[in-house]
Amino acid sequence: MEMSTTFDVLQHVMVPDHKIMSEEEVSDLFSTYQITHEQLPKIYHDDPAVKTIEATIGDVIKIVRVSQTAGRAESYRLVVRRPKK
Amino acid sequence: MTSPKRIGKIEFGLLSPKDIRKMSVRKIIWADTYDDDGFPYPQGLMDLNLGVIDPGLRCKTCDNRAGDCPGHFGHIELAKPVIHVGYTRLIRKLLRVTCRGCSRLLLSPEEIKKILGPADEFSEDLITEKDIKKERVCPHCGEQQLKINFEKPTTFSEVWTEEGKKTEHKLTPADIRARLEKIPDEDLRLLGINPVVARPEWTILTVLPVPPVTMRPSIILENGQRSEDDLTHKLVDIIRINQRFKENQDAGAPQLIIEDLWELLQYHVTTYLDNEVAGCPPARHRSGRPLKTLSQRLKGKDGRFRGSLSGKRVNFSARTVISPDPNLSISEVGIPLAVANEMSVPVQVTPFNIEEVRQMVLNGPERPTINAPCGANYAIRPDRRRLRLTDINKETVAEMLEPGWMVDRQLRNNDIVLFNRQPSLHRMSIMAHRIVIMDGKTFRLNPAVCPPYNADFDGDEMNLHVPQTEEARAEAYILASVQENILSPRFGGPIIGGIHDHISGIFLLTHGKRWFTKSESIALLKHCTPSHLPDPEKVEMGVPMWSNKQVFSMILPDGLNMVYKASSCANCEVCKKELCERDAYVKIFDGQLICGTIDKKSIGAFDGAILNRIIRQYGMAKGRQFIDDVTKLSIRGIMHDGFSFGIDDEDLTRTEYGQIDEVLDTADSDVERRIKIYQEGQLEPMPGRTLDETLEMQIMQVLGKARDRTGEIAGRHLGLSNSAVVMAVSGARGSMLNLTQMAGCLGQQSVRGERIVRGYDERTLPHFKKGDRGADAHGFIKNSYKSGLTPTEFFFHAIGGREGLVDTAVRTSQSGYLQRRMINALQDLKVAYDGSVRTTGGRIIQFTYGEDGTDPARSAFGDPVDVKGIVENVLKEEV
Repeated sequence: MEMSTTFDVLQHVMVPDHKIMSEEEVSDLFSTYQITHEQLPKIYHDDPAVKTIEATIGDVIKIVRVSQTAGRAESYRLVVRRPKK
Repeated sequence: MTSPKRIGKIEFGLLSPKDIRKMSVRKIIWADTYDDDGFPYPQGLMDLNLGVIDPGLRCKTCDNRAGDCPGHFGHIELAKPVIHVGYTRLIRKLLRVTCRGCSRLLLSPEEIKKILGPADEFSEDLITEKDIKKERVCPHCGEQQLKINFEKPTTFSEVWTEEGKKTEHKLTPADIRARLEKIPDEDLRLLGINPVVARPEWTILTVLPVPPVTMRPSIILENGQRSEDDLTHKLVDIIRINQRFKENQDAGAPQLIIEDLWELLQYHVTTYLDNEVAGCPPARHRSGRPLKTLSQRLKGKDGRFRGSLSGKRVNFSARTVISPDPNLSISEVGIPLAVANEMSVPVQVTPFNIEEVRQMVLNGPERPTINAPCGANYAIRPDRRRLRLTDINKETVAEMLEPGWMVDRQLRNNDIVLFNRQPSLHRMSIMAHRIVIMDGKTFRLNPAVCPPYNADFDGDEMNLHVPQTEEARAEAYILASVQENILSPRFGGPIIGGIHDHISGIFLLTHGKRWFTKSESIALLKHCTPSHLPDPEKVEMGVPMWSNKQVFSMILPDGLNMVYKASSCANCEVCKKELCERDAYVKIFDGQLICGTIDKKSIGAFDGAILNRIIRQYGMAKGRQFIDDVTKLSIRGIMHDGFSFGIDDEDLTRTEYGQIDEVLDTADSDVERRIKIYQEGQLEPMPGRTLDETLEMQIMQVLGKARDRTGEIAGRHLGLSNSAVVMAVSGARGSMLNLTQMAGCLGQQSVRGERIVRGYDERTLPHFKKGDRGADAHGFIKNSYKSGLTPTEFFFHAIGGREGLVDTAVRTSQSGYLQRRMINALQDLKVAYDGSVRTTGGRIIQFTYGEDGTDPARSAFGDPVDVKGIVENVLKEEV
């Protein structure tokens, strides 16, 4: 049977909002935190949400989620290849 | 200062025989250590080329004396190769994945490609043992493979079936080494082994490094005899067997003897590396103690890593039993004179303090009483030489003293020390206190600081550390002092506050309306900060009287406004506020207690609403002062009336006993009735439950209610005149349930939340009939602690008690390990100046600390802003 293509993980209530950041946004981010891409938290390229927004390795993703403490929290992750095993 | 460096990579490899010979300074062939004159044998285990430990001798390799010579490795040429126990797993894997004939990987190039995936991902994936099917034919040379058997600790053999019979052939280390040698480099890379630094045949030892004598020094006992290190003992064994092996080999001894010696050599090398291998009897010392060999030096709690590198011993520390002293401030700690005399603080001698310091030196090292001025233990000359001060030399040293010297001054009152109790689970486990020198031999502390340390006085010991520099003292005082740690970052409320008697005392003092004369009021407040009584609230027959609320209000700061419900509040549906008959509605207006009782909710550790507000409104110092005042006032308060509890406090009247019996009898018959319904098959099961479960639940419910009813009956009789009720209502200790169990009935004993069912076949004890489902037969205890338990009840009580004990034991060990792992993972994270949480490498863990950037210690029980409290303070009424 073919996999259902209609299910979108991003629509699920427990999946926070994922967005690919533009190059300017990324360079702004790097300058505000004075970091390079190595110091960002990571996310695997085969993460279901990453696959849905069609991000590729090297992209930076902005994740906006509901926070218990702050109400709304932003976080940024670099897409990396999942190491085998 | 050197700039921090980033570690690019770490390479793990094996020592090759070539490396071992290269780093060796001497070939060791003699099993003996010292000759009769106590001089090391050349080419023996204590050879002078391996470094020196005896003073006076010089190392033959580096020409340094003992202490400066770092030591040098030697080597032993083994007669035949032996397996290194640490690599048996790797050897087994390699034997199983390579051909027994050509030693190539048992996969064709096509198969390798299939497992590894596309070429661009080659470096990521590795071939594992599971990728190769057992006992297949080699795709390169066509050789039939055999099953490789591994027997702990170091035996490998090939197994095959011949004419229905299993045949086993032992592989010698030499055979294995020959196979491993032939594995091509490319095949090793596919397995994740870098052949440049770790050829697999190097896991089979042909030459053994001999560690320098500096890491296995021999010690000279009192009787002049030398006692060698465990490693030396083991090396002696190895050399002895090795020599014998060689001789036998040269003499052409029979194969059987050679094999025996080979195995013996293998055993000694194995235990030399690791003396706790499974399936191998540990090598023992003459006394029968197992030897501590290489692996044992590194492993475990007292090993090199956890024992020597992560944990160290320190000077300037003291440890003794703790005991309470409610007259101390919470920021103080009482220390024995003996400790104060032994411990010291260095003082730099300057023109400004030279006379003062000279007097300390003249006072000498023996301070006679706790009130005597402090002396000094050492004087340190400008050339760093230490002079131990004695009664004999103190005058001469005092004469010599001049600016530039240093003096180790004894501790005196008000010095800052760090006080600690293990386990140090949170930052409040180490706090800075000011010392007070006291008679006796224990550390004394105010019982109000017990909660952060989790200390009690049943024999607990605590540690004390003396910071040695101005910088350390300032840091300890500003960051770690008790007053800075009243608020816990765990929940954003005070963790220090009144406990036990403080709460009972303040409850008794502030409950309802009481009147005190001038002398009584002064007696209550005499250890507190306020120095003047306010105007009396009333004058009765010419005698001025102060109310209890007025007395308490003395220690509240002006301008404090609060409205809340005390912990004695019964949560009535309609709150009667000021008219509450329990006096549980607390109203404070401009620092005056208008109504309400002060109890756990107001001043208790972990709650402390008033304390919390004072700290936020007036600061830490005022908060500390309030705790000191309230603890002293409450102790005076409890002493004013006296407070005790005895067996007769659990007495009820005949009416209550009758009522309790009646309740229990009704419950019993109710249970019987339900069992009957069940047996007749009339019971309706509850949704999602079986019939048995439904019955059990009903019985539990009936019995639970019965227990509560007895509690109510007992509670009706026991009012606030009863000490246990005072303690339960005020929140000082215990609950109404404890009281129920003492005076009313103990109730159902349970194991895993169910009635007790285990024991004999269909019954818990031989005292009951088989299949009896009644209350008594499954652990319902009708008696109270006061009335005493029947033998069967007592046994059920023990069963229930054991479960509680086991649970706590399991929980503490599990949560301890969990905490250790979490701390190991988080210990180096810090909050950067931009509010982000980062690792030492600058990698971001959280973009804003806690996502809201709030310091939990300054939060209002978790919320960043205490909106309700602020509004109430302004409006001066409950919102």
